Amino acid sequence: MRRYFGRKLLIYLLTLFLAVTIDWLIPRFMPGDPVDVLMARAGSFAESTELMHAYYTQIFGLDVPLGQQYLNFWSALFRGDLGISVYVFPQPVAKVIMDAVPFDILLLVPAILLSWLAGNWFGAFAARSKRLDNTVLPLGYVLTATPYMWLAMLLAWALGIVLKIFPISGGYSYAMSPSFSWAFIGSFLEHWFLPFASLFLVGFGGWAIGMRNMIIYELEADYSHYLEALGAPRRLVRRYAFHNAVLPQLTGLALQLGVIVAGAVATEVVFSYPGIGYLILQAINTRDYFLLQGCFLFIIVGVLLANFVIDIVYVLVDPRTRTGMQGEAA
Amino acid sequence: MTTLDATKPKKKNEILYFALRNNKLKVGLAFLLFFVVLACVGPLLTRYQPYDYIGPAAEPPSSEYWFGTTTFGQDVFSQFVFGLQATFLVGIVGGGLATLIGILIGFTAGYRGGVVDELLNMLTNMVLVIPTLAVLLIIVAYLEVRGIFIESIFIGCTAWPWTARAIRAQTFSLRSRDFVDLARMSGEKSLKIIFTEIAPNMMSYLLLVFILQFGGAILIAATLDFIGLGPTNAISLGLMMNNAVLWGALILGMWWWFVPPGIAITAIVGALYVTNVGLDEVFNPKLREM
Repeated sequence: MRRYFGRKLLIYLLTLFLAVTIDWLIPRFMPGDPVDVLMARAGSFAESTELMHAYYTQIFGLDVPLGQQYLNFWSALFRGDLGISVYVFPQPVAKVIMDAVPFDILLLVPAILLSWLAGNWFGAFAARSKRLDNTVLPLGYVLTATPYMWLAMLLAWALGIVLKIFPISGGYSYAMSPSFSWAFIGSFLEHWFLPFASLFLVGFGGWAIGMRNMIIYELEADYSHYLEALGAPRRLVRRYAFHNAVLPQLTGLALQLGVIVAGAVATEVVFSYPGIGYLILQAINTRDYFLLQGCFLFIIVGVLLANFVIDIVYVLVDPRTRTGMQGEAA
Repeated sequence: MTTLDATKPKKKNEILYFALRNNKLKVGLAFLLFFVVLACVGPLLTRYQPYDYIGPAAEPPSSEYWFGTTTFGQDVFSQFVFGLQATFLVGIVGGGLATLIGILIGFTAGYRGGVVDELLNMLTNMVLVIPTLAVLLIIVAYLEVRGIFIESIFIGCTAWPWTARAIRAQTFSLRSRDFVDLARMSGEKSLKIIFTEIAPNMMSYLLLVFILQFGGAILIAATLDFIGLGPTNAISLGLMMNNAVLWGALILGMWWWFVPPGIAITAIVGALYVTNVGLDEVFNPKLREM
């Protein structure tokens, strides 16, 4: 088990290292000088141009040797210094991101967990039942093939514009400011529902199909046939199949995290939901590269942490990893 | 002897036999064919270029403008058919490249084993946990001019890890089989063993992988385009949705602007998935429905 976690941790640390290096490399080694690019895009007045040029050169730290630049980048990172946002000007990027994080956590954690649980449960239920297989399964394929933003747009249009049940923009009513009052929580939930629903539905379809296929595979395995031959009740066989099928699904969750994050970004854009995804859109539109790089790092760290949590859960549910035998995720 | 001779030519026919009787495969391929034809023939049916301002703004679909017009009076149908072409291009180039890289790394790691395997596996696991979109975001944002082709290349370069991992596992199990040992003992080169002994036994699997990568590349491209990092010099289905949201199609109720691109992507990717399952059932006798 120590070996298992040791390997995992090593991979994650190396990945973080790689990600930070990419974050540092890209602005410096893409064609064109980042400062010039920023200046050209900023346009603006003559006297401010000079100031901005000096400011950006200093911020990028382009006046020192490359190796030193790289070390400086890391040390700034450890101080939590990600630069200053252009989009919300004098605020540091780290603070802008931290303001958005609660919205992401409250949206993503329930959407991911609930769709995974419900999808697996339903997929196992539908497997080898002719009627459900023929009705619900096609629906599952449609759902999992739907681009996140399109489902979000359809929901926003149908439930928000046509039926006027839910608001379609923002994380809470624009007339309020965040507080712990019932009115605010109500408004928050109202705005939360549609983004949650679209993330949930797309995920649900994928997990249900995955589980259904896994169960069928397990029911055809030798141990299932053996149990059946021994005269074990159907429910028992299916329970064993489920236990075995859930493990790859758990690995699948870890693998899918990147895709889900991408979907969440697009969904937040549709609903102008004040999370990281919406920040990314604003960063792209206002050419706020520090904010974009900050969001990139934040997403990577978030996904790495989530992966680590899944690893721990894996050890809890798969006894093989505990006894030193390498299980599925090794 | 006669029985042996009788079973030999049956092998190919058997696959065809099950392929023709597999409804999933038939439905999936029919949908795909429909959209491929539409992408090829569509541009001939329209007189407009995707970004031309050709008529009244925000017109609902009519006999003149089949899918209506945008807020600026651009023809949605033209944008749609040209966007379809872009979608297939991304799928083929991005999905193809991802499959190719995955195959190369998977074969090498699985066949070589040892240190090479350790290193490649580490690389795979690292790229695997980095969210593709985040990397593309940071690379693409710094590109001044973006084409669909470049976008596809970037997608291909980031989407390969799960393929490499799966193919590595398969190669690993094939490498210790008797027929591979025999080839090795008779002194064949590694490369030849991989391509004449191992690859043919995984052909069906490689086809399935390519189909999944194809669909995945389309979805990633749509997401990138949607958040404003799409091609700067062309149209795509994701870009259509991006424009629709940006210019208030939701609030103005202009459903004809954002519904067609979404339907097309969903139908194409869904058809790919269904085709994939259908083929899986054709190739793998255990999964055939009884």
